[in-house]
Amino acid sequence: MNIAVCVKQIPDPAAPYELDAENHWVIRPDDQVLDDTDRYGVEMALQLAEATEGTVTLISMSPSGSLQGLRQALAMGADKAVIVDDASLRGSDALTTARVLSAAIGRDDVDLVIAGGESTDGYTGVVPQMMSELLGMPCMTFARKVDAQDGAVTIERQTPDGYEVVTTATPALVGVTAGVVEPRYPTFKGIMQAKSKPIDTLSVADLGVDIANDQVIASVDDVPAREAGEIVEDEGEAFQRIVSMLEETKVI
Amino acid sequence: MATWILVDATGAASDTPAELATKARSFGDVAALSIGTPSDDVLDTLGAHGVGRVVVLDAGDALPSAAAAAVLADAVSGSSDLLLFGMSYTERDVAGRLAARIGVPVIANAVDVSVDGGVTATSEILGGTKSVTTKATNEGPAVVLTRPKAFTAEESGGGRPSVESVAAPDVGHSGSATITERHVEASDGPDLEAASVVIAGGRGLGGPEHFALMDELAGLLDAAVGGTRAVVDAGWVPYSYQIGQTGKTVKPSVYIACGVSGAMQHVVGMKGSSTIIAINKDPEAPIFDLADLGVVGDVHAVVPQLIEALKARA
Repeated sequence: MNIAVCVKQIPDPAAPYELDAENHWVIRPDDQVLDDTDRYGVEMALQLAEATEGTVTLISMSPSGSLQGLRQALAMGADKAVIVDDASLRGSDALTTARVLSAAIGRDDVDLVIAGGESTDGYTGVVPQMMSELLGMPCMTFARKVDAQDGAVTIERQTPDGYEVVTTATPALVGVTAGVVEPRYPTFKGIMQAKSKPIDTLSVADLGVDIANDQVIASVDDVPAREAGEIVEDEGEAFQRIVSMLEETKVI
Repeated sequence: MATWILVDATGAASDTPAELATKARSFGDVAALSIGTPSDDVLDTLGAHGVGRVVVLDAGDALPSAAAAAVLADAVSGSSDLLLFGMSYTERDVAGRLAARIGVPVIANAVDVSVDGGVTATSEILGGTKSVTTKATNEGPAVVLTRPKAFTAEESGGGRPSVESVAAPDVGHSGSATITERHVEASDGPDLEAASVVIAGGRGLGGPEHFALMDELAGLLDAAVGGTRAVVDAGWVPYSYQIGQTGKTVKPSVYIACGVSGAMQHVVGMKGSSTIIAINKDPEAPIFDLADLGVVGDVHAVVPQLIEALKARA
């Protein structure tokens, strides 16, 4: 089973994000990290590929920078990576992103496309669904369990009040939730091997994609922060202050 | 111009359609695509909030997003209609497929929307620290996805809407996914998104067994119990407990965070709470920056004392 996994390099979420004052885009440092939530899709792909003697190809769109984020996913065990890096893609909206990723995936025959739910930095949360439409695949999103074999894929799809079992023939796109599998930590051997795994860098011209973005950012403002209130050090009596606040708010 | 909202009549009832219809009726006509046949109660509620027309798509056992996207693509073709959805799983699936099908942008995480001179939406980004105003510049329809509870439902006094059925279109392989089983996972106590008091547990609790403490406290306050992404990822509680960007958004009167650090991901889903009480032993935890009452202490000392005090009052 040939599997494409969408992953994203993002600025380290531990550091505050900065926006470019002129165009409001997130400033992306040379060293970007693998979006932590992508590790679930990578792990799922690795397990399915291991069970079917398949391959795992990472698909990404971002300034390449040091490629640190992609190397993190390669170190987990993915075979190779494709990154679309083009100055004209800065500030791309979700639809442009979906078009680019779909075109990169469409260069090869894939049985399964795996994505997460949304990136940590942009979180529009619709890129996988857009890709499924562009690729002509069923959109098996919010999967908390995935089985794939012999040309079919079955998932447990999260619903607001439970889950449903959904099945389809491949090719299909599967969007996974965190918790679908426990991501592995890269081994030392994996980290060393990742340094020499192939990373194919493509431009928009290589893909022939329409990159007309149909939305503009008019303004960006700070949201007024909530003010911190009273801080109490617990010395055995702090619970009483909680009780009195529950009284003030008429909960009790 | 009309505004379309989406109703999923195959699953649990949602407050979102009434909230979105309330906003949408200020722009003009409001229509709804209903996946599955809505009950009379749902139709009355839609009508009472300004929906004049309901189109019913019976997708049978098919995963409905591909067919629903195709139906809406036909419905809005050649118009400048607004598609105003929430951010539930089904709404995101339909919106994404639809936008790609007709080549229009999606503005997500919106907390407000206007249609004067084109569709403009205000979204909160970067964990709700920045507010960004985005304008759709394309010809034709636009898709806006709103954060839960962005608008307050108010009745307009409208009667029952007109109802028509639409045949499920053939969308080929895209529509071939089939739902073979549906499971509802019952949960005790009040609904997390509707509860007026929410108790949230984080990593600081130390382990899944300590959620019993959350349940006990919740029982005394008629509260719902939720958790952070960290504890859901760790498998301590099910995904339905998750509060935050990828989970549920809650706006209770009182929110009690126990061992919750206050990561941006989580804060997005609870910062609209009226009163926030936080208990955490780390005085540097970001949750204290937004708590009305922050207790620097061990949850395993403070919460049992709180429980005893509440029991003594009962």
